[in-house]
Amino acid sequence: MNQLPLFEAPRWTITELTRAVRRLLESDERLQDLWVQGEISNFSRPASGHLYFTLKDSGASLRCVMWKPDAARMKLPLQDGLSIEAHGKIGVYEPGGQYQFYADLIRPAGEGQLYAEFMRLKSLLEVEGLFDPARKRPVPQFPRTIGIVTSPTGAALRDMLNVLRRRLPLAEVVLAASPVQGAEAPHALVLALQKLNTLVHPDVILLARGGGSIEDLWAFNYESVVRAVAASAAPVISGVGHETDFTLVDFAADLRAPTPTAAAELATPYTVADLSSIAQGYQNRLTEAIVWQLVEARRATQTLTERLRFHSPARHLLAETQRLDDLSVRSSRALAHRLQLERLHINTQSQRLESLSPLAVLKRGYAVVTRRQDGDLVHNAQQAPVGSELRVRLAEGELDVQVQESRLKES
Amino acid sequence: MSPSKKSPEDLTYEEAFAALESIVEALESEQHPLNEAIALYERGQALSKHCAVLLEKAELKVRQLSGSDITAFEAGE
Repeated sequence: MNQLPLFEAPRWTITELTRAVRRLLESDERLQDLWVQGEISNFSRPASGHLYFTLKDSGASLRCVMWKPDAARMKLPLQDGLSIEAHGKIGVYEPGGQYQFYADLIRPAGEGQLYAEFMRLKSLLEVEGLFDPARKRPVPQFPRTIGIVTSPTGAALRDMLNVLRRRLPLAEVVLAASPVQGAEAPHALVLALQKLNTLVHPDVILLARGGGSIEDLWAFNYESVVRAVAASAAPVISGVGHETDFTLVDFAADLRAPTPTAAAELATPYTVADLSSIAQGYQNRLTEAIVWQLVEARRATQTLTERLRFHSPARHLLAETQRLDDLSVRSSRALAHRLQLERLHINTQSQRLESLSPLAVLKRGYAVVTRRQDGDLVHNAQQAPVGSELRVRLAEGELDVQVQESRLKES
Repeated sequence: MSPSKKSPEDLTYEEAFAALESIVEALESEQHPLNEAIALYERGQALSKHCAVLLEKAELKVRQLSGSDITAFEAGE
């Protein structure tokens, strides 16, 4: 039988109803502190910094929110397809009339989940050729500008700057600061790489982070970050975590360093000490080259000078001088000989002359008589009448006499 | 002005080093008139000295990208 209700059902406003549902859900303690597992889809991270995504399994889906303060604490950056476990509570978003999960903690779902994701992305990018050795560029031997992408407050930056300061203080470093873990990290890392390439054009980029757990390093397995490394105009050296840590960025980088410190070392193959000794080597070669050239020039000059001297007129002059000397010696010798002969000759002649000299006759007692008036020799008495004055020349001295008597030959 | 014309003191280390390198190679491999060779040598000496001075005085310059600007980086950690 139909029975009419005594009272009509109560009339609720939507707000009242929604609030009641909310109270119902929120009063159930089992729904206020729980872990839920699922695969992320529709992930978004708007400017507010809150995270929105849907978790789903094979049978259902759950809208999820993570507020900014919780998101900022989270090391693991989220992305679609990632299986996670989220901790939180169920609540209701009244304006949307939707119940949703408010996550405050997120971790990868189970052991090996992140590793599986790592392998999936690795093979995906490998097939695309992003890790192809042929794509890798040599890092410059002598970087002038070094870009660094890392956290501005981390030990990694301090370590790298120390190495660069010690090894190559000639270089200039430009830091593009970026968080290296957490929700913001992937986007910020991509932006930092792009900005360095477009605004600074460094010769090499160091992308680095100190050691940490796999969640800590997860940003460096992020697809967009790996692609940004592969697309970087400047060669990238990765130095993420410790020696045993491998991230996908390491595969895409042009050179992988085991640590940030090692990355800074690989970026500076030549230290100032090396450069000094190379410059010294050049200096030595320079000196050697010029000394050799000078020696060569001197030798060539010498050879030429000798050749020149061979043809020099001085040489002819010398020869002439010698001939002259020769001649003069010969001629003077000849002359001397001649003179001697002449002298001898003259002696002979003068002796002969001597013997013919009237003076020699006088010495034998004869005398020469001349007339004083005219100096004529007196040959006969007639030339000297009585009274005439005569001069008698003796061997020694002269006599002036007067004729007392004159007789023409008495017989 | 090309690096090869500038006074060595005005060159960056890289420019000075490259210039020194090419002068050494030129002196070793080619025959130059002696006055040119000596000029090259003297320039090489000046470049080498300049390189040494730059190495001696070098101090790592660290700057930071903030927005689209490049500013001085204060290591404030």
